[in-house]
Amino acid sequence: MTESKPAARKEIGDVAMGYDDDAGNAGIVRTRRVTFDQPGQELALEGGGTLAPFTLAYETYGSLSERKDNAVLVTHALSGDAHVAGRHSANDKRPGWWDMMIGPGKGLDTDKYFVICANVIGGCTGSTGPASTNPATGKPFGTDFPIITIADMVNAQVRLLDHLGIDKLLAAVGGSMGGMQVLELVVSHPDRTHLCVPLATAARQPTQAIAFNEVGRQAIMADPNWRGGHYYGGKTPAKGLSVARMVGHITYLSDEAMEEKFGRRLQDILDYTFTFSADFEVESYLRHQGLSFTNRFDANTYLYITRALDYFDLSRQHGTLVKAFEEVKARFLVMGFSSDWLHPPYQLKEIVSALRATHKHVSYYEVESHYGHDAFLLEREKMEGIIAAFLSSGARTYHR
Amino acid sequence: MQRRIDYKLIEDLVPEGATVLDLACGDGELLSELIAEKHVRGSGVEIDQAAVEKCIGRGLSVFHGDLDAGLADFGDQSHDVVILSLSLQQLRRPRMIVREMVRVGRLAIVSFPNFAHWTPRSQLLLRGRMPVSRDLPYQWWDTPNIHLCTVQDFRKLCREEGLRIEHEMYLRAVDKDPPARIVAPNLLARIGIFAVTRC
Repeated sequence: MTESKPAARKEIGDVAMGYDDDAGNAGIVRTRRVTFDQPGQELALEGGGTLAPFTLAYETYGSLSERKDNAVLVTHALSGDAHVAGRHSANDKRPGWWDMMIGPGKGLDTDKYFVICANVIGGCTGSTGPASTNPATGKPFGTDFPIITIADMVNAQVRLLDHLGIDKLLAAVGGSMGGMQVLELVVSHPDRTHLCVPLATAARQPTQAIAFNEVGRQAIMADPNWRGGHYYGGKTPAKGLSVARMVGHITYLSDEAMEEKFGRRLQDILDYTFTFSADFEVESYLRHQGLSFTNRFDANTYLYITRALDYFDLSRQHGTLVKAFEEVKARFLVMGFSSDWLHPPYQLKEIVSALRATHKHVSYYEVESHYGHDAFLLEREKMEGIIAAFLSSGARTYHR
Repeated sequence: MQRRIDYKLIEDLVPEGATVLDLACGDGELLSELIAEKHVRGSGVEIDQAAVEKCIGRGLSVFHGDLDAGLADFGDQSHDVVILSLSLQQLRRPRMIVREMVRVGRLAIVSFPNFAHWTPRSQLLLRGRMPVSRDLPYQWWDTPNIHLCTVQDFRKLCREEGLRIEHEMYLRAVDKDPPARIVAPNLLARIGIFAVTRC
């Protein structure tokens, strides 16, 4: 394998020193890339075929202990990336997507833990995905990129753990699609983590979520600029992707949160325009969300990742969820969010019940929140104490 | 810290290595003792965030939930012992939870403050005021104890529910060793501890 950038001062542990005024924050970080291109490093895919070579973009925070027993893998959701905390430069406007949870003294305390986050394969922010160059043709893969699954994403990240010399994580933590990845990890690689924290997720993609994803995919594929997925170098299917994002965004909020955030307020006008322009704040907001998403996300990645989500069903290979969990060794903290209607608390409780049926060590916590599915990205105070307590008590029972 | 005598008595009723579910487990003190002393496979149910956090910090398995919603997340006869320690009187549907306990567990252990103890009785009788005592330290307007009962009441509930009382024990206080035998427990016991099974 080859590191595409030379290692900086520290081999691992990217947080730049000298930002004491930034206490509590993860500091300045940069994204690294590692390419797995050696024989034996091919990624055998669940749907058949292999991906080789492949690259993962990742970031790390804090320092890996000498015994390598303090590593925490954070897995990202549909639109996430490796940049989970900190800033890329001192004048970077926005921190990473879960900055509220990661940093010195935070829920995932980087003074204690070595936090890792990687962009999933199929992604569009540094890891190999449909926009990457197909070595067979020298052109972007487009829809020639193989269909990938949650298990494939996990297997790729296990390669990264190997690369970093981490036999067994202290914890794997993830929400939504990230939650599916940590569940897949403990089922297919039971020895790779001591603790598992799935948040706002499910052991199988629920029907309603497949339905919404299909609407998003149809919007992308109906965009004339999509051109069968081979649009790189030309106009992108921005309109389709934007509509897909708008639909997705609705599922991340809640009725109550929308009423509170927008109500029926009008956007910069005093009365209806009696046209189809974005009279309502909520329309304007969704259009803005959709449009800004197209600046940072690839439409084909949206297709591939939603497909991976839809195929996710832990019980499929094992018959039942209880059987899937039989060989699991990790201890669990499962978290649901009261107003999440994409993954309502009952879907988390199903995971808990199945784990309990096989006598696994599992705790369940339900966060009272009106933020809907997005609550796991917002409700810092209601989550971090519990997560911190789970990690520190879990660290006492860590063993290889 | 002194060990609570009521916990000690409950522990004596729990078989070595049993699977135990502690309802309203608080910060997990009883569960921790049961795991240390009786090597049980224990988990708890608790509604309060701070208490759940403490349980998790102790490395306990805890389920954040509301007992007034029942125990739907727990299977029939999935536990050897289900415990409800000094919390029955705070539930909206105490009868339902007792039913749920014997559904989920083979043995149900319930402890509760006895409202027919002579202290509350005399406060009501002589002073004409709602009783306030060490066991029931709340004023009527802020008490979480909304379903107080007596030893006689609980025995009657067991009869009506068709539950067999395997053990009944009485305490004069949570920090005093139990007397060998209490005559007239309904008058003299501050706390009743019942272990019941479905007949």
